[in-house]
Amino acid sequence: MSQSYDRGLVEDFGRWTEFSAGMWAWIFHKFTGWVLVGYLFTHIAVLSTAMAGPEVYTSTLQGLEALLVVRFLEVGLLAVAVFHILNGVRLLLVDLGIGLESQDRSFYASLILTGAIVVASVPTFLAGAL
Amino acid sequence: MSTGITRPEEEEETESQAVGAARAAGESAYGQARMNETEIDAANEASQRRARRAVEDADHTVELKVFRYDPEVPEKEKPRFDSFTVPFAKGMTVLDALMWARDHYDSSLTFRHSCRQAVCGSDALFVDGKQRLGCKTQVADLADDGVPGEVRIEPLPHAEVVKDLVVDMEHFYDQMESVEPYFQDEDTPDGLNEQRQSRENREKIKMSTRCIWCGACMSSCNIAAGDNEYLGPAAINKAYRFAMDEREGEDLTEHRLNIIEQEHGVWRCQTQFSCTEVCPKDIPLTEHIQALKREAVKKNLKFW
Ligand code: HEM
Ligand code: SF4
Ligand code: FES
Repeated sequence: MSQSYDRGLVEDFGRWTEFSAGMWAWIFHKFTGWVLVGYLFTHIAVLSTAMAGPEVYTSTLQGLEALLVVRFLEVGLLAVAVFHILNGVRLLLVDLGIGLESQDRSFYASLILTGAIVVASVPTFLAGAL
Repeated sequence: MSTGITRPEEEEETESQAVGAARAAGESAYGQARMNETEIDAANEASQRRARRAVEDADHTVELKVFRYDPEVPEKEKPRFDSFTVPFAKGMTVLDALMWARDHYDSSLTFRHSCRQAVCGSDALFVDGKQRLGCKTQVADLADDGVPGEVRIEPLPHAEVVKDLVVDMEHFYDQMESVEPYFQDEDTPDGLNEQRQSRENREKIKMSTRCIWCGACMSSCNIAAGDNEYLGPAAINKAYRFAMDEREGEDLTEHRLNIIEQEHGVWRCQTQFSCTEVCPKDIPLTEHIQALKREAVKKNLKFW
């Protein structure tokens, strides 16, 4: 029946410049959700070093925190988590049928608020590393 | 402008022979009305001359980049874009511009249209990267400063192209039919021979009744693109229109909810709002889909 006729980049992700707010919100939400799942595994791995004793745990954490990349990754994790939570709340409102006319504005608000929180967190996360 | 094809010799031959024969017989009015090759060429040339003059005289012109494809003609089965320069006039819609191009440059340019006033739903097109009705889209609105430049016109994405801008709507209509888009309750209240609706209930379903079956929403939907069985926004909106109509009895409402809560029904919707963005009748599609999700949950929730 409806096989979509292949028009190359006419369709789908090749059109990303034309996506509107709701679509971007969806993409970012899936992306951040799966990054969080990925982090969960790393998180468990790092915490598990405590099984080998308090010293191992402390030295592992100290070793990680000494790396500049890790500091930046932490900022990234915060960005991902904050956006997922804020947009998650937006999606819950959408599910309840509240404020659907403003769904694009609530997405932009999530983005801006995420940006602000992330910027404010930078001094804390990078303290002593630079 | 290019038609991308040179007329095959033998076709010319048979055509003029046929015309000649009909003329000789002097009986077929249709045959007589048909032009011979020289007449066609002359008419084409005259029309092109008129087009050139109109374009020269125009204060502004708009450049249409139109998707062309015709699987039945070997020279045209490779998709391409044709350019048509069309004189711009205030109030011109994308459909007007397309019709001008067809009438002045290439009569084989194919697209559907009928009412020209956003009622019939024939001319949903992919204009400058968005699903829009050709007849409801002002060319001037496509440019930031109101002076049109180039307009890209393609057939609706995620549907099979039949020819040029015409896509196969069969699948879309199948999905619409599958939600039984008609009022089914025959019972009338005692003492009345009509089914009256309260003002509040009418308000509730008002927007959902506006659908003109254009298919723009279905084409814009990322989920529908990946799942052919998904009912799609328009069909779910139709289901909403009847499920929320209080004049239908409880059994029917339940039957309708059973249809929309199946595997490829409302739960496929990921609230991307693409359909709501493009609907030319401003139907809050996502809102209606979400409302049906809640109805489906309420129907199945039992606290005992
Ligand atoms: C307060 C915190 C959180 C809130 C409010 C929240 C909210 C949501 C919501 C509402 C959705 C559904 C989106 C939809 O309708 O399609 C979702 C999806 C998702 N969330 Fe979260 N979430 C939170 C925390 C997390 C965490 C900690 C993780 C990872 C461990 C996570 C992973 C995911 C993933 C992977 C999805 C996508 C699921 C799918 O593919 O449909 N979320 N989240
Ligand atoms: S819901 Fe809107 S976009 Fe979808 S078919 Fe109906 S009128 Fe067209
Ligand atoms: S021609 Fe009828 S809707 Fe556009």
